Amino acid sequence: MRTKEIGPDEMAPIQGGDCGQGPALLAGLARLTRIEWKWVIIGACVAVTVYLALVPLIYLLWQSFFTPQTAAKAAEFTFGNYVGAYASPDTVKLMANSLEFGLGTAAFSFLLGTSLAWMNERTNAPLKSMFFALSLVPLVIPGVLFTVSWIMLGSTKIGLINLALHRWFGVEAAPINVYSMGGMIWVDGLHYSPMAFLLMSAAFRAMDPSLEESAMMSGASVRQVLWRITLRLSWPAVFATFLILFVRAIESFEVPALLGLPAGIEVFTSSIYEAIHHYPSQVGLASAYAMSLLLLTCAGTWFVSRLSASGSKYATMTGKGFRPRQIDLGAWRWPLAGVFVVYFLLILVLPLGVLLWSSLQHYYAVPSAAALKHLTLDPYRFVLHYPNLWHSVWNSLLLSFGAATAIMLMTAVICWIVVKTKFPGRWLLDNLSSLPMVFPGLVLGLSVMIFYLHVDIGVYGTLWILFIAYVTRFMPYGLRFNTTSMLQIHKELEESSAMSGASWSTTFFRVVLPLLKPGLISGWIYIMIVSIRELSSSILLYSPGNEVISIVIWEFWENGQYVELSALAVLFILMLLALVMGFQLLARRFGIKEN
Amino acid sequence: MLKVDALCTEYKNEQGQAVRAAHDVSFDIAEGEFFTLLGPSGCGKTTTLRSIAGLERPKSGQIRVGGTVVFDGAKKVFVAPNQRGFGMVFQSYAIWPHMNVYENAAFPLRVNRRLRLPKLQEEQKVMRVLKAVQLDHLRQRQATQLSGGQQQRLALARALVMEPKLLLLDEPLSNLDAKLREAMRFELKRLQRELGITTVYVTHDQGEALAMSHQIAVMSQGQIQQLGSPRDIYERPRNRFVADFVGATNFLDGRVLAPAGDGLYTLQTEIGPLRAGAVEPLRAGDTAILSIRPEELRLSEQRPEGEALQATLEQKIFLGEAVDVRIRIGGRTLLSRAHPSLRIHVGQPVWVTIDPRQSVAMRAEAALAA
Repeated sequence: MRTKEIGPDEMAPIQGGDCGQGPALLAGLARLTRIEWKWVIIGACVAVTVYLALVPLIYLLWQSFFTPQTAAKAAEFTFGNYVGAYASPDTVKLMANSLEFGLGTAAFSFLLGTSLAWMNERTNAPLKSMFFALSLVPLVIPGVLFTVSWIMLGSTKIGLINLALHRWFGVEAAPINVYSMGGMIWVDGLHYSPMAFLLMSAAFRAMDPSLEESAMMSGASVRQVLWRITLRLSWPAVFATFLILFVRAIESFEVPALLGLPAGIEVFTSSIYEAIHHYPSQVGLASAYAMSLLLLTCAGTWFVSRLSASGSKYATMTGKGFRPRQIDLGAWRWPLAGVFVVYFLLILVLPLGVLLWSSLQHYYAVPSAAALKHLTLDPYRFVLHYPNLWHSVWNSLLLSFGAATAIMLMTAVICWIVVKTKFPGRWLLDNLSSLPMVFPGLVLGLSVMIFYLHVDIGVYGTLWILFIAYVTRFMPYGLRFNTTSMLQIHKELEESSAMSGASWSTTFFRVVLPLLKPGLISGWIYIMIVSIRELSSSILLYSPGNEVISIVIWEFWENGQYVELSALAVLFILMLLALVMGFQLLARRFGIKEN
Repeated sequence: MLKVDALCTEYKNEQGQAVRAAHDVSFDIAEGEFFTLLGPSGCGKTTTLRSIAGLERPKSGQIRVGGTVVFDGAKKVFVAPNQRGFGMVFQSYAIWPHMNVYENAAFPLRVNRRLRLPKLQEEQKVMRVLKAVQLDHLRQRQATQLSGGQQQRLALARALVMEPKLLLLDEPLSNLDAKLREAMRFELKRLQRELGITTVYVTHDQGEALAMSHQIAVMSQGQIQQLGSPRDIYERPRNRFVADFVGATNFLDGRVLAPAGDGLYTLQTEIGPLRAGAVEPLRAGDTAILSIRPEELRLSEQRPEGEALQATLEQKIFLGEAVDVRIRIGGRTLLSRAHPSLRIHVGQPVWVTIDPRQSVAMRAEAALAA
């Protein structure tokens, strides 16, 4: 439907009123109630979206110009926060660290992901089919657990790799140290390499293989084809992927907090956390840092969107499903298969192995024959009887279920307005609801915290504040999933419903929503998973009694309860994998049937 | 039954400029009539249909159906599409993929409060329309598993189930293959006759329009160029656009010499003096255009009795049921359609007779109107 068809309803009561007779009047009234429903639904969704996207952000900007409010003194206007944040020489260091970490991580995960994607899509390397399925698993593992497991592997004191090198090769000084910039880049880059792999795989798959084949026929070697044709043609995808990875790395919280802070390497996210968590908390300073971080992510996201807008220049990427010709690696097949194996060792087997090992110990101990004798299930017993555990599991499930459901229904309406109507200003609505995409989790947490601390409507210190943060943060994903589906619904499907006599809300609930189902369900599942893992917003918003699972893990780490943390980690990862598999069954039953 | 009066509809294009899609469109359809809006794409025929449906909001004009005003630009009356109770078949059929055949057809009965029926009666009614379109044996089939022709018939059933006052059809046959289209053409006409339902049909296919309609409105650039019966439109086109769009034709430039009596005129044309009929009266001295259908250029090997022109056969294309022939008379090449029994070979002379009653002269201004 379009505005032109929405407009009619406004006028309908006038027409009903004209008749002035009993039945006509009744019909007019009935029509009026129906119209009201439509506008109530649309109005509520738009209002909530705009509120969620804008209000905390504006408040954050506002607060960054004020001194902290104390019992003795009211807040005053000041540039002090920005002066404090930027005048100090530490800030140059902070900026440099952030950029080094962001660029390094992006470059590392990009190189890793792209080479794996090329091997997987374009060569006949063995073990490929297994690789694609396994590459999704690391994305399910929460960042905090991946980081912790790499501390257990690569710290100078307790790191298993260092100890193994020492024992077997007699290396004296620990050669590997994750508490360093290199270590941070290694861990974060490794964790997000599957993301690069998936994005670049899609790019390689969308390319017409005849473009490569004609280069081959012109006499180019495998390397020349890769460098001169494949990568050049994928250039928009290459650049976009790199930027996405950069923005994500800049927002990353777990690695800078767990690895960077002990080593004295601060980036924006960890500085924000420090500013809030030191007594007295410096909200203004944190806001000033948050604004700079926001500028960085905005710039990155803006470039990505510009890039995809100008993508039509590369019309060779048709998006059709081709069956690409595969390059024969010959004798190199098996060494390259070895690369896959080593990669999985590093990203999956070693991290999960070390967590499993330490979850079976009384105290954290290095694997040895002696330690093997002391295996125990005590950490699991401790975790399962931990007073806060079941409560936090319930909170996590409740929050992610609620957030996913609310987001998908709300964005369905928003996306209907954006895609199907010609409302003036609908592009603004689209951009507003995508805006939270650029909020780093920590910045969003900060702005929501400050806003509801000052504007007391009774949500601060309850689960609701987490719910608000989750809905805001993951709203853009819901919109994307719904938009993809909505674009496939021909407008005549709605028009024929109107011609059959259905009102707007009947059409929306009985035609649009059922047709959106594939997008609704996959978006819902995605948001469920990411909200269960959420840490960086929750860490500023939780209060005792309202913990979620990731917070309990964080608390274990802060208390040094490593074996208990490992036990919880193993259970958590198992639960996430079970959820993912359950959801896939669900999607197959409901979502895919219609395609 | 349906009266459209001075309808104007505009819409905004991507640059935000108003584009006039239908301009001053007026027509009147009697009860039970099959009315066709015919024209090339972008001529405003679909916009006109969608304005009648209420899916577009016209800028001005009036639309009334059986005495009820459903739109009046001056009095600001606009009845929403879901309140109008018209049946409509869309070009894409718009069969909902998440419902089966029965649910699709029953949808209008379920969403209209005044049409809601007890289950048994609903079923009787739905099965009756499904039977009419020969889909009753597929009632449980998922809509996605239907063929194109079946989807089209289901769309028709859905439009008919609420027994609408008016049936609107938006190029319903254009997505079907040639064979099926032919069959559905008869099917549609049969159903329309049997039910006696007033129908507005939109198509760009002149063959469909001529075969099915009681009345045709030929549209171009948002305006009705000619309104009339199929025979009228074909044999007596009012201007060059209509003559050209409906069927193939030969145009000859000329000048009116004098009336020749009996409604005929003598014209001096590129290929010599000819007599022809006219839709509007002509005056001596008017510049005119003469339209002669290919099948009205009769060819023969021997010189026939009466007036005849001599020509050379330039090209011959065998089509099966006919031969298309290009002949050269003077400086002009004309297209003629003849019986396949024609035995003249390329390069040979041929005699041409033209029936003045079957050629139409129109004033050059009228010809330019399009």
